[in-house]
Amino acid sequence: MNLADIINPNNLVYEKPKLLTENTMHYCPGCSHGVVHKLLAEVILDLDIQEKTIGVSPVGCAVFAYNYIEIDWQEAAHGRAPAVATGIARCNPDKVVFTYQGDGDLASIGAAEILHACNRGENIVVIFVNNGIYGMTGGQMAPTTLIGQVTATTPNGRDAGRNGYPLKITELIAQLPGTSYVTRQSVHTPASIRKCKKAISKAFQAAIDKKGTSFVEVVSTCNMNWKLSPVKANEWMVDNMFPFYQPGDLKDSTKTDPASYTPLKN
Amino acid sequence: MGELRLMKGNEVIAEAAIRCGCDGYFGYPITPQSEIMETLMDREPWNETGMVVLQAESEIASIHMVHGAAGSGKKVMTSSSSPGISLMAEGISYIAGAELPCLIVNVQRGGPGLGTIQPSQADYFQSTKGGGHGDYRLIVLAPSSVQEMNDFVETGFKLAFKYRNPAMILTDGVIGQMMEKVVLADYIPRVTDEEIDRRHGSWVTNGRKPNRGRNIITSLEMDSLKMEHNNIRLQDKYAKMEEEDVLFEEVQCEDAEYLLVAFGSSARICQKAVDQCREKGIKVGLLRPITLFPFPKKPIAALAKRVKGMLVVEMNAGQMVEDVQLAAGCNIPVKHFGRMGGIIPSPAEVVEALEQKLIGG
Ligand SMILES: Cc1ncc(C[n+]2csc(CCOP(=O)(O)OP(=O)(O)O)c2C)c(N)n1
Ligand code: SF4
Ligand SMILES: [Mg+2]
Repeated sequence: MNLADIINPNNLVYEKPKLLTENTMHYCPGCSHGVVHKLLAEVILDLDIQEKTIGVSPVGCAVFAYNYIEIDWQEAAHGRAPAVATGIARCNPDKVVFTYQGDGDLASIGAAEILHACNRGENIVVIFVNNGIYGMTGGQMAPTTLIGQVTATTPNGRDAGRNGYPLKITELIAQLPGTSYVTRQSVHTPASIRKCKKAISKAFQAAIDKKGTSFVEVVSTCNMNWKLSPVKANEWMVDNMFPFYQPGDLKDSTKTDPASYTPLKN
Repeated sequence: MGELRLMKGNEVIAEAAIRCGCDGYFGYPITPQSEIMETLMDREPWNETGMVVLQAESEIASIHMVHGAAGSGKKVMTSSSSPGISLMAEGISYIAGAELPCLIVNVQRGGPGLGTIQPSQADYFQSTKGGGHGDYRLIVLAPSSVQEMNDFVETGFKLAFKYRNPAMILTDGVIGQMMEKVVLADYIPRVTDEEIDRRHGSWVTNGRKPNRGRNIITSLEMDSLKMEHNNIRLQDKYAKMEEEDVLFEEVQCEDAEYLLVAFGSSARICQKAVDQCREKGIKVGLLRPITLFPFPKKPIAALAKRVKGMLVVEMNAGQMVEDVQLAAGCNIPVKHFGRMGGIIPSPAEVVEALEQKLIGG
């Protein structure tokens, strides 16, 4: 057998999603962001919406998300991605708009913007990468940091008395009538990656069908700032994050009519 | 000629927005400008022109909604009053940094802090020197009549798109709340998506096209040399504004021995003061900057060679006076007269200040 027999389209079992650019990703090896980007690229291409999708990138490690997926992107200020997405989606109702946000971005500085966008039922998709920490700025406490978790600003572990409690913002968001599909996923095993892709795909379909806001949390690792190897970080996530941030669907009303923002007629 | 109406300044902003083909308004209530969004909601332009009107959860959200929609090439705006504009500072800086066009209306009230709902011009520095972080400028238009509230909506959008830069209408509670006759503009249709692609295809993020590849809108640049280039490009743009788009009005300046300099509602008061001075035999003129940025430096410098002194009248502690002093140079006295906290000076007070600070002094 020679090389040409092996490198043959018929033997192809896996390839880089066509919508991912050639740019080298800046993420740390083992980081969840890269996997989530890959799934997004696959879903957007599968749904053939690459020419009508606009991504809104956050401030956080994913600030450069726009370097990696071959679609139009707009970069938002820290926490404001849902407002930016609202502006695009309202003025361009035929387009598909998503935000990509970390837990500091979404659940802390941008808590107002995400709650109100979801409550208005903006027809957008929210991808929420919850790694329980501020990755980009060097591992400070996030609103999602677990009790006892050591970070740069909780060197002795998060203490509820001093720092308050970890925020299950996804549970809050699932309460809002404007949301159609709210789910919590992860990308730490091949099986969970496949499940997460299905969830992202369903979320985009809901936005295309104008069902209101769909929200996909991905419980993630920041092995760099957790100071763990990629494998150990996955284990830590399963042992510590999953009991508190339990994976699974929190809400699915994609089959019912959305809460509509059409003005009431007299 | 367009339709003649008796309207409030704030209502006219709303009407002019609909008529000029504005695609979207995002705002949050605050006195003394809430009539802008109320009028829009009452007019239901989404039924008429397709314009989107959305009450946001805060001024922060409003300006970032504008950021998003402006990125897709749409003609969008927001309005607020002083405390709300402070909240918008982050978003305005991002929009200026990303070089997007939009219109922001500031119907000023007195500050600092929650201050007062009465009119003021104390946001001159904030509007003309930046307001948010970084080296950026807004195009700032200061109307002094309800008619100009109407006219400057379209002028603001034109300049915003010409320079891909946020434009601001800087007005105050006097002009926002007063009723005057106004000739409304004729309707201009909203720009179609095809036309947006044709005009702005090189930068808009409204979905990648086969003929243009993808666009990215960001103000982020980690390479310092490239970031300096971005800054130089912005500064070149601001220099071009100063060359091409300075607006001002001169009233009875030909034979003037003394000059009043005032913008917006203060200029209305000064116009009366000019008349009162001339009745007394004092030859006074008025220079009214219409664009506060770009600032009318040249006409002020030219007048500085002819008059004996200038009095800058503002409803603040002395802000524009610094720009007038810079433009006038050191050969003549340039003084300031201002009232604060929501007090509107009377023409007689202005005349008295002129006599005390320039003629008698
Ligand atoms: C207004 C503002 N405040 C603070 C920062 C600094 N900052 C950048 S990223 C970040 C936190 C990001 O954390 P997260 O959203 O969890 O994203 P991650 O990096 O973990 O993916 C902070 C505080 C900023 N850029 N802007
Ligand atoms: S710091 Fe954390 S979140 Fe950021 S790229 Fe590295 S592992 Fe990922
Ligand atoms: Mg994080």
